[in-house]
Amino acid sequence: MANTQPLIQARGLVKRFGDFTAVDGIDVDVRPGEAFGFLGPNGAGKSSTMRMIGCVSPPTGGTLRILGKDPTRDGPAIRARLGVCPQLDNLDPELTVQENLTTYARYFGIPRRVARERAAELLDFVQLAERAGSKVEPLSGGMKRRLTIARALVNEPDIVLLDEPTTGLDPQARHLVWERLFRLKQQGVTLVLTTHYMDEAEQLCDRLVVMDGGRIVAEGSPRELIERHSTREVVELRFVAESQEDFAGKLGGLGERLEVLPDRILLYVGAGDTAVADVHARGLAPASVLVRRSSLEDVFLHLTGRTLVD
Amino acid sequence: MTAVFEFWLVTYKRVWRGSALSTFVLPLLTVLGFGLGVGDYVDGGVGGVPYLDWIVPGLIASTVMQVAMFESTWPVLSNFNWVRTYEGQAATPVRLDDILGGNLAYVVFRALTGAVAFLLVALPFGALHSWWALTVLPVSLLLAFAFAAPVFAYSSSVTSDSYLALLFRFAVIPMSLFAGVFFPVESLPVGLRWLAYASPLWHGVDLSRAATLGAPPEWSIPGHLLYLALWAAGGYAIARVRFKKRLVI
Repeated sequence: MANTQPLIQARGLVKRFGDFTAVDGIDVDVRPGEAFGFLGPNGAGKSSTMRMIGCVSPPTGGTLRILGKDPTRDGPAIRARLGVCPQLDNLDPELTVQENLTTYARYFGIPRRVARERAAELLDFVQLAERAGSKVEPLSGGMKRRLTIARALVNEPDIVLLDEPTTGLDPQARHLVWERLFRLKQQGVTLVLTTHYMDEAEQLCDRLVVMDGGRIVAEGSPRELIERHSTREVVELRFVAESQEDFAGKLGGLGERLEVLPDRILLYVGAGDTAVADVHARGLAPASVLVRRSSLEDVFLHLTGRTLVD
Repeated sequence: MTAVFEFWLVTYKRVWRGSALSTFVLPLLTVLGFGLGVGDYVDGGVGGVPYLDWIVPGLIASTVMQVAMFESTWPVLSNFNWVRTYEGQAATPVRLDDILGGNLAYVVFRALTGAVAFLLVALPFGALHSWWALTVLPVSLLLAFAFAAPVFAYSSSVTSDSYLALLFRFAVIPMSLFAGVFFPVESLPVGLRWLAYASPLWHGVDLSRAATLGAPPEWSIPGHLLYLALWAAGGYAIARVRFKKRLVI
């Protein structure tokens, strides 16, 4: 597997819009059959990268090869082998569920009969078969998203690009989408997705990059990233006080890193219970104590900061 | 391009019942109202032709304009901003010219259905004097293209739909009134005639009128065709630039 040619290869990839640099020289390799994630806060450059991979946005600099081809020259040929699920659904609300698939299939030159057969299979797959004849407009957000995913599969693509596939969905709908995407992955379809949900990245991605300000700030599997950029456990301490700061000084030396938030203090430690015992040993009595495993979210916040990006 | 055109036909299939009714009823009402109603007050017709017969080709051209304009305004804005149909198409092997050309072809098709319906309504009134009336169809095709292409360019350049209403207020309505549909352009003051002659509609009206009446047009046929072709080609070129700017970024 190690020698397999990457399906997507970017070197020093840059995208500028006027003076603004959206993507600032990234290197990416996506291998066949893997689920690859772009994580990052809003404005990190995830969507711009996805648009370049989708061959609808020419790179400003660097090289990009998709399926061994150059997107600026072979755009249509590459797009023929991609499935794209955009961030905002662009289904036709006036057409039926089935027509949305069959008309889209025609863009790929798929014969009408084959398009109908494939639409039926895909509607089964995304559990919309019983809605085949209904218009798209009244469908729920989750149903529309599943239909968009089905539409992205209509040309039996080599790579499926999913831009924030579960943003705006309720928990049930999200889990159903994840389950379908996981099944696709098992079938060997290469998935490339962007997300700012850590649970989504942990659920779906074999490998991911964390982007911030147009650059890649970390890369690896979810587990590797946690091991590399966080501790095994996190202790969350909440003190009843005007300011948590007053207590922060008394926690010095406990754990590898300490983070003071307005409402609590986070201690990044190897063993949570030992750290809690040490806290009590210093005569401190926090109002609440929570020991938990480090998550991708800790890594994400550590790497991209807690400042709100609007 | 055919796949894109096909998509638009499928969307049309969902609304055609409603639109087919208005496609026939509206011409019938206009012919009755203006042709017979107003025509009753027009003594001796226009240039020896009964007013009804004289006005029908003008109404056909004006209908073609209105359908072409309407289908090139709000729908185009929606395809970019609201439903974002173009974005979906751009993600497939379909090319820029397919997206633009396929949509334009559909608009021209819709305008043609309007022209056909009008011809059918005009036939029993005896308003079609010659077999040349059939050439109204290719004329309508060119006329629809000459309107749709530049309006695609316009609609893909504006940021809000209030600009589209301006187009109807300051282009469509004046043209319908003064470009030779209801009365000869010569009745206008000399200074205003040139505005009428510059409008694509007048060229369509003059050609259509020559066709249904089987009489020579007021101006040269190649001149008319060339002028309309210029609007179509120029409009397409600008629309293509605009589409590219918005879809390939």
